[in-house]
Amino acid sequence: MSFLELKNLNARVGPLPILRDVSLQVAPGEVRALVGESGAGKSMIGKAILGTLPDAIRITGGEILLEGEDLQAMSPKDRRRMIGAKVALIPQDPLTALNPARRVGPQICNRLVDILGWRRREAEARVIELLHEVHIPAPERVMRAYPHELSGGMRQRILIASAFAAEPQLIIADEPTTALDVTVQKQILRLIRDMQARHGTALLFVTHDLGVVSKLCQSMTVLFGGKVLEDTSVDQFFSAPDHAYSAALLAATPKYTDPGGSLMPVPEATIHAVEAEIAAHDLAHQTETVRQ
Amino acid sequence: MTLIRIILKRLLSMSITLIGVAVIVFFIIRIVPGNPIAMMLPPGAGEEDIARLKALYGFDKTLPEQFLIWVRGILGGDFGTSITSRQPVMSLVLGRLPATLELSIMALVMAVMIGGALALIGTRQRGGKAEALIDVTNGVSLSVPDFLWGLLFILLFGVLWPVFHISGRVSPALDLPFVTNFYLFESLLRLRFDIWLDLVSHMFMPALALAIPLAAIIAQLLKQSLKETMHLDYVTLARTKGYSENHVILREALPNAILPTLTLVGVQFTFLIGGTVIIERLFSYEGLGNMAIDAVINRDLPLIQGIVILFAVIFTTVNLLVDLTYALLNPRLRHG
Repeated sequence: MSFLELKNLNARVGPLPILRDVSLQVAPGEVRALVGESGAGKSMIGKAILGTLPDAIRITGGEILLEGEDLQAMSPKDRRRMIGAKVALIPQDPLTALNPARRVGPQICNRLVDILGWRRREAEARVIELLHEVHIPAPERVMRAYPHELSGGMRQRILIASAFAAEPQLIIADEPTTALDVTVQKQILRLIRDMQARHGTALLFVTHDLGVVSKLCQSMTVLFGGKVLEDTSVDQFFSAPDHAYSAALLAATPKYTDPGGSLMPVPEATIHAVEAEIAAHDLAHQTETVRQ
Repeated sequence: MTLIRIILKRLLSMSITLIGVAVIVFFIIRIVPGNPIAMMLPPGAGEEDIARLKALYGFDKTLPEQFLIWVRGILGGDFGTSITSRQPVMSLVLGRLPATLELSIMALVMAVMIGGALALIGTRQRGGKAEALIDVTNGVSLSVPDFLWGLLFILLFGVLWPVFHISGRVSPALDLPFVTNFYLFESLLRLRFDIWLDLVSHMFMPALALAIPLAAIIAQLLKQSLKETMHLDYVTLARTKGYSENHVILREALPNAILPTLTLVGVQFTFLIGGTVIIERLFSYEGLGNMAIDAVINRDLPLIQGIVILFAVIFTTVNLLVDLTYALLNPRLRHG
């Protein structure tokens, strides 16, 4: 059984659809990429699962099942507790994801104590161990530091350690390297991969970088305009993509085997075709609703 | 280390400010029309009497000479003698200071409690009816000046429904066993809750009148910065960890959102102390402000000077305290 399952998830901001019948599954230990261009709704899926959608966005249909339990049917408190214990987030921008007014240590430890009922001493020991795992020198000192005293790469390592602290079954990584410079990006990606392998955690990796997907993930979901275009294995995608948009996306990726080659955007005709497909889907959806 | 440097720097700028205030108040009250000698003499006094009185109070000397005498006195701890009461200005002013400090601090505490509670409720219920109601209340509270609130309270709680005392600082019938003039504080220390309640009943309305505009400012600004902070990544991250909305607001957002409010409260608190002048008059509260108005009416120049200098000391000290608190709360400033 899959750990996470989305069934026909729909979300809107006002009358505007943000997610259109999104279905996907993440099995325990699976590393799945959520790929799409800006505005494709990939981050929204992560937020919908975590329950942190902006106030303006409403879920208008579908289910979010965690271990078979529908999150939306739960009380807000139960849902919060379940997410807190079983799912964790590696955020996009490490520079803004740590509270500037509080020391680093408590920001990682407190959830273990407050939410999961650990003893403070156990929690601290566990966090020091994790900070070692993410290659932070002198963890005891770092835990007493304030975020502004640490570099961006250090902070992202801390956030990764924090995500793994409660041994969650699923980690949602929301473009975790976009805000870092290129040399640090590589280290952080390798670190996430190593940590994932060691802990066996399922990973939902939100990204627009196909290079990252090929190195890190086993399966992937391609999104456009809030609709799933393709749900496939990474090998399948890179050898023989099913959807025309996927093929165009793949063709648009610059290759290091062809340095100086001209950059190729996704052809407009392909975009129009996908948009037409989505319009047809919306129409069918409306007809369905009217008929009911 | 840096904290000490901040204090030293501020003490230096404080003393420059105080010198400036001393110069300005000394010359301004001598330029404006009306003089104390004329107020003291009976009608039809001769030139000779006037000259004698002038010499007695030192008004026969040139202005720079008078100023030097005054400043030299201050450096020796002598602020001169009040013309009307013939007592040392220093002891008069210090005798009244506790009353005004207690009133201002009570008003500040009320403002922080009311404003803070409204800001937190508004943030918790953001987008809802409660927030809209708070916004309207804030608007009204801000557009009515403190002395009008004072008049309204006198009418409501002093006349129509007399639950509070409307005049004075303490009931004259009470026998006060105090050694300091910090009545409110000392009555608590001595466990004299009867006197304490009497004092609070006298102070409640003037303090509330002073507090309301500040409470509205605090509510508005703190709610605004809380709402902005609630969208930041670390708040979202705390939510995903399983924390409740209340915990997220109080522990994650508040410590960061409170900084701009704190600076503003410092500035506004000095305005509040300035407001005590008229509010104390309104409620016949025996504090510095009331004394200041009497001093101006009687052209009691040494007393006016003393009160203004004391107010200036209070203002600059409050600003210093705000800066220090700010440095303590904001780790980036503390180390930087």
